[in-house]
Amino acid sequence: MTTTFEPRSIEERANYLNVDYGWKSWLFTTDHKRIALLYLFSITAFFLIGGAFAVGMRLNLVTPGGLFEADTYNKLFTMHGIIMVFFFLVPSIPAVLGNFLIPIMIGARDLAFPRINLLSWYIYVTGGLFTITAAFEGGVDTGWTFYAPFSTTYSNTHVILTAMGVFVAGFSSILTGLNFIITIHKMRAPGMTWGRLPLFVWSHYATSIIQVLGTPVIAITLVLLALERVLRAGIFDPALGGDPILFQHLFWFYSHPAVYIMILPGMGVISELIPCFSRKAIFGYNFVAFSSVAIAVIGFLVWGHHLFVAGQSMYASTVFSLLSFLVAVPSAIKVFNWTATMYRGSISFETPMLYAFGFIGLFTIGGLTGLVLATMALDVHLTDTYFVIAHFHYVMVGGMVMAYLGGIHFWFPKISGRMYPEGWAKFAALVVFVGFNLTFFPQFLLGYLGMPRRYHAYAPEFQVLNVMSSAGASILGVGYLIPMIYLFWAWRHGPKAPQNPWGAKGLEWEQSPTPPPTFNFNTPPVVTEEAYNYAEEAPLG
Amino acid sequence: MAETDAGPLVHAAGVRHHFDTAEQQFESATLGMWVFLLTEIMFFGGMFGSYTVYRNMYPDAFASTSHFMNVTLGGINTAVLICSSFTMALAVRAGQLGSKKTLILFLILTLVLGCVFLSIKYVEYHEKWVDHHVPGPEFRYADSRYFHHAQILFFLYFAMTGMHALHMIVGVGLLTTLIVMAARNRFSATWYTPVEMIGLYWHFVDVVWIFLFPLLYLIGHTA
Amino acid sequence: MSHPIVPTRVYAAVFAALIALTITTVAVSKLDLGEYNFIAAMTIAVIKGSLVVWFFMNVRRSSSLTRLFVGAGFLWMAILIVFVLSDYFSRGWLPAPGWWK
Repeated sequence: MTTTFEPRSIEERANYLNVDYGWKSWLFTTDHKRIALLYLFSITAFFLIGGAFAVGMRLNLVTPGGLFEADTYNKLFTMHGIIMVFFFLVPSIPAVLGNFLIPIMIGARDLAFPRINLLSWYIYVTGGLFTITAAFEGGVDTGWTFYAPFSTTYSNTHVILTAMGVFVAGFSSILTGLNFIITIHKMRAPGMTWGRLPLFVWSHYATSIIQVLGTPVIAITLVLLALERVLRAGIFDPALGGDPILFQHLFWFYSHPAVYIMILPGMGVISELIPCFSRKAIFGYNFVAFSSVAIAVIGFLVWGHHLFVAGQSMYASTVFSLLSFLVAVPSAIKVFNWTATMYRGSISFETPMLYAFGFIGLFTIGGLTGLVLATMALDVHLTDTYFVIAHFHYVMVGGMVMAYLGGIHFWFPKISGRMYPEGWAKFAALVVFVGFNLTFFPQFLLGYLGMPRRYHAYAPEFQVLNVMSSAGASILGVGYLIPMIYLFWAWRHGPKAPQNPWGAKGLEWEQSPTPPPTFNFNTPPVVTEEAYNYAEEAPLG
Repeated sequence: MAETDAGPLVHAAGVRHHFDTAEQQFESATLGMWVFLLTEIMFFGGMFGSYTVYRNMYPDAFASTSHFMNVTLGGINTAVLICSSFTMALAVRAGQLGSKKTLILFLILTLVLGCVFLSIKYVEYHEKWVDHHVPGPEFRYADSRYFHHAQILFFLYFAMTGMHALHMIVGVGLLTTLIVMAARNRFSATWYTPVEMIGLYWHFVDVVWIFLFPLLYLIGHTA
Repeated sequence: MSHPIVPTRVYAAVFAALIALTITTVAVSKLDLGEYNFIAAMTIAVIKGSLVVWFFMNVRRSSSLTRLFVGAGFLWMAILIVFVLSDYFSRGWLPAPGWWK
């Protein structure tokens, strides 16, 4: 089966898309750009599946009595969480944009280990298939957090199959991180010093550190969980002398840093968008670069804030609370630097910049509410309520998904060689922003008022806010569907993109053709200037 | 491999296309293997952590179970693995020198020692099975005070040594691959990278055992 | 590639040291030193592990980047174990004793 791609003109240059056709050239490729597209395809599929579960949840919550049975609802929120966290958010930007851009941004011909890159996609798909199979077989009802002893002893669903799906997908994450670390250390072009790396690369380096050091711990945790489910030795079962909190420690040791895996790449995208659409160099490059690494390191020291009410010692909780306050500092530094970059800049409002603005506002709200939850005394009241749900959706969806969409739009011309329709794109960005806030802001209020999470039914006085939230979700869904349609259309029929439609700096825009050839550059690049060398605005007056 | 507008990019033989020099390729491979070993440290670390927690929680049960650890077999296995690390180091050295016969000899010795380790492990596990110390429906424990706690400790014993043994089995498979490749003249003094990398893996598995042995077999033995 | 070849006698010396340390650790374990049994055994294990990493895995002649990676790995495992244990050890500090007692 060959794709029918008609070159627009006989002078059409060879690029990574038209160099070869047929399914084998895609499924056996080692070109990091094609692998990025393989990931784009599968990640979008998982996003839709995870979104479908969310639709089920929001439908259920329209009435106080709940539309579905409690057991069904448990499965809906579990599958939604597992798929969105492990199969969409964790891979999203690194596997799609990181894979595509990192070699080009540093001036390399490919990643350090191209075949491992392909292997990691296959591993990801395999893990996904395990989990989808479990979903078809009736799903899992433990929550994406798999807490013991319910998951080890009492749940009657396909826990092991799902856990193994996540375990397998974890290896994909590890291999991607490994690949990025070695690539960034070893494959930089002459003149591309650490101090000239795009911040997108810095943030992926920090993300890769977390992927490599954190993911193995959840891997062993899931193995122990599966073994315990079979053998019932009691490692996490209090009735048999085990400690369920040990499970939580091991689980969150990865899962907290995992949220930084999910947000750091998004911050990297924003660090590229803001300078470009402000026509100004990033303010405080060193601070932004080091803050990425600081988030990665400190992020490993805060996981106990998920255990404040679980039975963890008060002394450990105090330390974790303090460290959680500390980890907010580098994130705030980034927000300040982005803002300072825009100050006195020449700002334009193309779609990627709209998403960047959305990110900064929504991530700030999400981050600040995280500080609220890190305060032990407040967490006692807010934990396991909708406040937590709103908090993490603000950072993950308001933050990360916005950054993902912004990045997809920004680099779409580079990836496809085409332009997307700007009018539709701006409209969709607006719909997403409105839909998102309508969905999740009421949830802050619900949580503050005491509505618990993971309940299929709720007290009648919460209905108005729940209906608002569900209405918002339908708008948000539309906002996500619109880009899928026009981007797909633009891939085939959009106007051809110029070499550098945004006038952006960076090797990918300035020295690599649009779209790039298989080995990225026609002549090996040499870097002679600092990053973000946008012309400074003439001083006023 | 696509041609670029400037013609095919030229590089030395034996160097993959995306690398500039053989040095860069070798260093990338070695560093990559080290990063992988870091993931393994964290993987085993989770189990070491769990074991330490329960040992501190149930010191009496732990003292009770430690009598059932076969120090003799454990000690022999430790010596076997140390020998295998020695032969592996010599194999890598032979690879560096390009001495095919020596390389194959030491790889085979390492393989044999690895299999000896696994056989002794099998004997140990069989011993435990006969004693009904394998966690699960067949678990029995003489001292009924410690039944549940002992089961947890044995669970972690099997998880840790079992995961280690699994890594040994993979290592044996990798060694076999190396021996076949060496026999087919794939290695030379300028390219022996897989030997170096699998050597790192093998030594790492040895290091894990170096910590497992005292933790599981030796401490608490005098209680 | 451009690594200087390590002489066999170096490896042999390390091997002999490892065997000697193994015999030592088994012998020490048969004595009753109370808490020091654990410290002695772990100290010997750390020395043995370091010998393997430093000599057999050639960290002795590796770049500082490699050494940084190796150090980071052990540091991270230490973070996991120490922080988790800090919870268990400090639970008894509350007025209510640990639930498992």
